[in-house]
Amino acid sequence: RDFNERCAQCSEVNWGLTDGGRFYCKSCHNVTERTREVVNTDFISNARVQTISKGLRKEEKTDGDCEWYVCEGFQLVLKKQAEALEALGVCPQMKDKILCNFWRCYLQKSKQAYCNRPAGETVKALSVCDSSTDVDSEPERPGLLHLLSLSESEGDLQTDCSFASSTSKVSASTSVCSGSVDGRFYLMKNQKENLRMTMPMTLSFCYMALLWLREPMTLSDLLRFVVEGHIPYLNVFQHFPEKMKLCGLDLKIFCVESWPAYEEVYNKMLELAAFLDLPRFPDITDSCFLHPDILCMKYLMEANLPDELHNWTCRVVKKICIGEADFLTLVPGNKSTRKVKYDVLAAAVIVVVLKLLFLLDDHYEWLLSDFAEERNKNNKEGGPYFEFKKWYKVIKCSLDVEQKKLDEERAKYLWRCEKPLFYSAKKKSKVLKRRQMVVNLQNQFGKLCGSVRPAEKRNPSSFQLSWSEEDTNGSCFHGHSLKGILQEKCGLLTAMNPDYWLCTVKLCTEKLCGHLAHYREVDFPQSYHFVLRLFSFLLRIQPSYIHDEVCMIEHKLFNKRLCKKPKYNRGLRK
Amino acid sequence: SSHEHKLNFKKSKELCLSYIQDAVLQKQWKRAAEFLTFYIESLEKDFSREYVGPSEIIWRIGTEILCHHSRSSMKEFNSFIEQMKTLRVKRYLKVCLEHAFHLLCNGLIDEAYENLSVAESWRFGEQTVIQDKEMKLIRAYRGVLDYYSWSKQKNVLMERGQDGFEDLSVEQEMHSCFRKAAVNLKEIIKIPGVWDLFVKCYVDLLEFYGDHDEARQVLNEYAYNSKFPANPNAHVYLYEFLKRHGESKKSLISALKILHDTVPSHELMIEFNTMLQKSKKRKKRRLGLKVIFAALDYAGWKENVKAWSCLARQVKQIVISEKRLYWIKQEWNSRKDWWPAFHFSRYLAKKNWQENESLSHEKALVAGILLGKDCKYFKYVSHQGCKAQVKRFRILKKFVNKHNPVYLRISR
Repeated sequence: RDFNERCAQCSEVNWGLTDGGRFYCKSCHNVTERTREVVNTDFISNARVQTISKGLRKEEKTDGDCEWYVCEGFQLVLKKQAEALEALGVCPQMKDKILCNFWRCYLQKSKQAYCNRPAGETVKALSVCDSSTDVDSEPERPGLLHLLSLSESEGDLQTDCSFASSTSKVSASTSVCSGSVDGRFYLMKNQKENLRMTMPMTLSFCYMALLWLREPMTLSDLLRFVVEGHIPYLNVFQHFPEKMKLCGLDLKIFCVESWPAYEEVYNKMLELAAFLDLPRFPDITDSCFLHPDILCMKYLMEANLPDELHNWTCRVVKKICIGEADFLTLVPGNKSTRKVKYDVLAAAVIVVVLKLLFLLDDHYEWLLSDFAEERNKNNKEGGPYFEFKKWYKVIKCSLDVEQKKLDEERAKYLWRCEKPLFYSAKKKSKVLKRRQMVVNLQNQFGKLCGSVRPAEKRNPSSFQLSWSEEDTNGSCFHGHSLKGILQEKCGLLTAMNPDYWLCTVKLCTEKLCGHLAHYREVDFPQSYHFVLRLFSFLLRIQPSYIHDEVCMIEHKLFNKRLCKKPKYNRGLRK
Repeated sequence: SSHEHKLNFKKSKELCLSYIQDAVLQKQWKRAAEFLTFYIESLEKDFSREYVGPSEIIWRIGTEILCHHSRSSMKEFNSFIEQMKTLRVKRYLKVCLEHAFHLLCNGLIDEAYENLSVAESWRFGEQTVIQDKEMKLIRAYRGVLDYYSWSKQKNVLMERGQDGFEDLSVEQEMHSCFRKAAVNLKEIIKIPGVWDLFVKCYVDLLEFYGDHDEARQVLNEYAYNSKFPANPNAHVYLYEFLKRHGESKKSLISALKILHDTVPSHELMIEFNTMLQKSKKRKKRRLGLKVIFAALDYAGWKENVKAWSCLARQVKQIVISEKRLYWIKQEWNSRKDWWPAFHFSRYLAKKNWQENESLSHEKALVAGILLGKDCKYFKYVSHQGCKAQVKRFRILKKFVNKHNPVYLRISR
């Protein structure tokens, strides 16, 4: 606005500002060498309003690109993810109401939008603090793409990249350190007060929304769908519109080279919930999918275990009060309660029940199985008795096959996508050439192996293993009876197994070392390890996580005894 | 297989590589190709700073697969290699060289020549300097191919020459090949290394054009320059050259002596022994005995009739003259513990007799002298031989019996 010279080409006075801080004529797109030296807050803030209020239809720059902010990028990502979840059957409310609102709340709290004060420090002499534009408190527009209000000026469009030097090899003279306007700032900002957005965090957002709605999808399900490609995550930037160019530091933000870990996503979700000052989440009651009673049922089915075990899991859940809404429901910010991982908890309950009934000391379960086999011979009425040995053989076989498949899939994973990425324009041609070569080589060798493309995407399914009662080879154990390993006592059926061994006598302090216990395969019986391995495969997490939960449950279960007898030993009677 | 649930690009590609390696080891080429297609994108790690070597891995493994896979053709291989050449400038010449080898192994000599020529004309700033060694090798191998052409043309000329025809153009070409070859071969053999192929070609050229001095110098350098790695072949070449040019026995012997020191089991040892036995000098004759005993220490010579006959002859001669028995004694001292089982067992007696009468004859003589007439080997063979009424065995028996006391003197 202050620049009042006439344009050399078209003699108009209609100036805009490029990324590089140079003036350009909006009429004829002639770029001058003049750079903005004078600070003018009005100019800057108005420009910002102008750019943002138009959503993505920004002012055309000479090469057809537009200015975009990192948070807009993430917004697009979330939108895509929400759409995918909807396609998987999640209720549409999630996208339009819940996730949207969470996101807005986040933007506001992290002062990237919907507020009237700048966030973060500015870098250079540009004093760009108060922009006098108003806070826009308009209600939601349809769709997520239109951010209405302004964000603070991250202002400094100068090309000094010294603060970003640790993260990129971009030289100071290039005007494109990132395709986004604030890419640099994103990576270097002091993020103690703010929760900086990352790609894994998009999944935390999704999960948080799912949890709020109590949708029947656990975190492990969600992450599995991500890996299987049903939910955009890897290379989601290829869905950005053409005009949003990604390069330089944007790559660090949006390109992931690893699958998000369960712990990471989960912990971030907790942080996020606290950051957003969310109230207590809707109660998880015993009719919710996430309730241990229901999840246990699902996992029992998937693990091909008898339905009758469900009674036992319910008993354990009841006994240690982990079925209560107060225990299960998330209260953000409350540091005193241990946060619940529903899927891991349910799996651990099943493991404990198996230990209760079968002991799993590499000895007793086999004896018991032989015993059941004997009883089965005389068993004419009703269903067969459950034999651990048979179950073990069937499951081990399937598990090995599936695990092998999974390992091969992992080895065959393709990380690159069609849309090439490059740090800077200079590298573009090199990258494109390289991509061409890769495609050629892939084709060449692909011809040699017959099939060219990787395996078909698996159909999204909640169940990874399924067993049918119609299988004539008797490999489905759902209907088997536990009578073979139970005995009658005072009119009640109780386990024949009188013993139990604790995974650990003393729990670690979680805050210090992050775990309740430390799992090493060699320290524990093979059967126990096998059972952990099974659920580890189903949930796609390390066995040690399940082991931690098992320890926690056991300590709750045997709490009284542990308190009474500090010198605990094996051979505890229930 | 890893049960690690955390997976990132790097680990994923490492896992993929391990599958490829397994497949290659088990010669499952289709499977290897399959996993390689998924590995290839590791070339695209443009936005990471490390560059550990996927390109080299892909080059090497891709080559293996294309060499062995039934459905791949030379054309495909060539197109693949051309891509590999552009992939990494620092490796350009190396890939060119190996490509040329591959073409040669498939008999495509002209293509190999062309490849080498193209590589020779490559220039790339300071890389040309850095890859100087590879460049010399490329020139050297092109020199070998020039030699090969020269050789072909020489043969043509020789044949035609006999018919009385003279072909000027062929002759000119031949000389031009010679010049091209000579210049490059000479260059590389200056550098310390093992250059058997190049040396042979070069010497052949020099000899043809009559430059014997240069040839001799080259061979001497190659054999005696301590900067060059110890190479028995160098001495063999030198020896053969000296022999061709009728050099003195003395120089011949000194050339072979080094060979004996380094490779006692070399096939030239027979020739060496024969030469030494004829010498007038006692020292040389003693050396001859040493040489032949040393050669027969090696399993590869066990059934070599010539070697045994050399030894037998020399032993016989010493015994008859009744002088220098201590030569035999000294050689036998270190061998008497194990040669009996190694050469003169009863099993071997039977075997040798059945398979090779002459062998058994020679060995029996040696056994009879060294171990006495009562030793298993001699007894069996001589008995069989006399039974079969073969004349020489009767002579043998008589000889050994006559000289039995010698055994006693040796064995003390």
